[in-house]
Amino acid sequence: MSKAPQQDIWPDARGRFGEFGGRYVAETLMPLILELEGAWDEARNDPAFTAQMDGFLRDYVGRPSVLYHAERLSEEFGGAKIWLKRDELNHTGSHKINNCLGQVLLAKRMGKTRIIAETGAGQHGVATATLAARFGLPCVVFMGATDIERQQPNVFRMKLLGAEVVPVTSGTGTLKDAMNEALRDWVTHVDETFYVIGTAAGPHPYPHMVRTFQSVIGREARAQILEREGRLPDACVACIGGGSNAIGLFHAFVPDENVRLIGVEAAGKGIETGKHAASLKGGAPGVLHGNRTYLLQDKDGQITDAHSISAGLDYPGIGPEHAYLNDIGRAEYVSATDKEALDMFQLCAKLEGIIPALEPAHALARVADLARELGPKGLIIMNMCGRGDKDVFAVAGHLGVEI
Amino acid sequence: MSTPLTGAARLEARFAMRKAQNQAAFIAYIMGGDPDVKSAQNLLDGLPDAGADVIELGLPFTDPMADGPAIQAAALRALNAGVRTKDVLAMAAKFRKKDVTTPLIVMGYYNPIHHMGCEAFTTACIESGVDGAIIVDLPPEEDAPLRAAFDGAGLALIRLATPTTDDQRLPTVVAGTSGFVYYVSVAGITGALVPDADPVERAVRRIRNASGLPVAVGFGIKTEEKAAQIARVADGVVVGSAIVDAMAQNGVEHALELTRHLSNAVHTAREEAAQ
Repeated sequence: MSKAPQQDIWPDARGRFGEFGGRYVAETLMPLILELEGAWDEARNDPAFTAQMDGFLRDYVGRPSVLYHAERLSEEFGGAKIWLKRDELNHTGSHKINNCLGQVLLAKRMGKTRIIAETGAGQHGVATATLAARFGLPCVVFMGATDIERQQPNVFRMKLLGAEVVPVTSGTGTLKDAMNEALRDWVTHVDETFYVIGTAAGPHPYPHMVRTFQSVIGREARAQILEREGRLPDACVACIGGGSNAIGLFHAFVPDENVRLIGVEAAGKGIETGKHAASLKGGAPGVLHGNRTYLLQDKDGQITDAHSISAGLDYPGIGPEHAYLNDIGRAEYVSATDKEALDMFQLCAKLEGIIPALEPAHALARVADLARELGPKGLIIMNMCGRGDKDVFAVAGHLGVEI
Repeated sequence: MSTPLTGAARLEARFAMRKAQNQAAFIAYIMGGDPDVKSAQNLLDGLPDAGADVIELGLPFTDPMADGPAIQAAALRALNAGVRTKDVLAMAAKFRKKDVTTPLIVMGYYNPIHHMGCEAFTTACIESGVDGAIIVDLPPEEDAPLRAAFDGAGLALIRLATPTTDDQRLPTVVAGTSGFVYYVSVAGITGALVPDADPVERAVRRIRNASGLPVAVGFGIKTEEKAAQIARVADGVVVGSAIVDAMAQNGVEHALELTRHLSNAVHTAREEAAQ
């Protein structure tokens, strides 16, 4: 966890990234959030904690993940050279484990004896259940009933790992409702429970903590591209639901002004249809799940349903640091539709022998445009943040194939 | 006749009146617009005669993180009927035309208020005869914009104290609060766990000393017996989920009947204990 001053000035002491972030939680949780903040401050300044993290990242997660030159995709798109940061090769198949490792180690350090988590696609749930198993802690994962339907393989994995998966039927039965239910559980089990939040959102210190744990992605990628190409990339691209894999890739590059940072939100059936999950491009600032950020909402401030083919992007908000990077113009935010993601899912499998998760398949759709825009001299790093095994059944369904 | 009190003063007057009678105040929570505005208005208008000293009118929100199943369902019914924040404030305004003595506060979540703007919300509260608000997800660390607007208007922004609010934190929670302090009797969601009277009594005494304000206790109080137990140790007793459930299952008359029983239990609890 190295220090690079320019990108580490946020959040401030109140957990703010500019006007975003903060701690909007019920009073019952406030003392717990403050306790967590204290423990986090202590842990991140303790070399022993960092050393413990680094050891597990290397031996258990399998880091560093490789940076891979996707030659055939580069050729197909006919422009810039595309490098994939292969975080889908991590243990459990996505970037989520980087963060879960940090939070579960912190939970142990704080003497907490029970782990809870919310999950959308199930990748965060699987990663949390994995670490809970490794460290011998009981684990309860809240998952929307709709998501349970479309992510059966991950539900079974979590159960194999010893976690209890609680179906959430309130609201739309997706990620935001799972998060509501996890907060309700936390407020009821305040003494022993550690809530492992899966994305760079929620009340302070979560966005800071998650960013710190995920920033290993960008630190590695930056060193790797310098070694392979002798220069920084022209752009870093990542998909965004809550935005943890994107902030993980972006963070190390924030001071590199000539590196464009591009986040790809889920446009669902198209932003103009209203059926999308693009909080920045189709939302407005508001307060939900402990932080002030961009949210999908109606004119009364009621949260509206997100829509995406990808359960991992199906969330009506976005991490507060992305809201801030958007407003100051340091990062660009674009979107890709369900259909584009499905196309890229198949294209990447055929050309590179890599079945991507539906989430990074969204990022790939914009990498295609950008590669053409930058031309043959361009260099792009895309975070391949998850593998597509979990999506195989759902994609078969969308393609009308029975398996 | 003198001008009727408003805002925090109307709340304080009602608690003072009950105190003078050696009685706890009974506070009834209902969800605004549940299941529709007309039925909810009938319930609201009937609450003072059924013995409610203070009324909490819920503002429906799509993501009620601190609420249990009863109030989640109530919010959903209201939202599905098309009820929004302005409709609930209109209910309050109608109520206030007929009743100028019963304090009325709104209870909800911050996003609809943030969306309207703290100043605009405050103005709307004044125009609707609303005396204060409890905003569940707005702790002292974040409530400065709404607090400034409310303070300027003489409205009460009522803070919550909970079993996790320790001695170190309590002064932060009670600083600058007015009307009363709402003690959340159990760590949990609304309408779930049932509180024990003993720890509640200790907490009420601690909060009363720190704030100099009346302390009302809510969360998990559903029966006359439990309401009476809490009435012996607190300045006010809040019942929400049970009334909301009664309304959902059997309608306005049944909810008012339950309110009559609960308020009677609260108002007579101390004389029964003395006998």
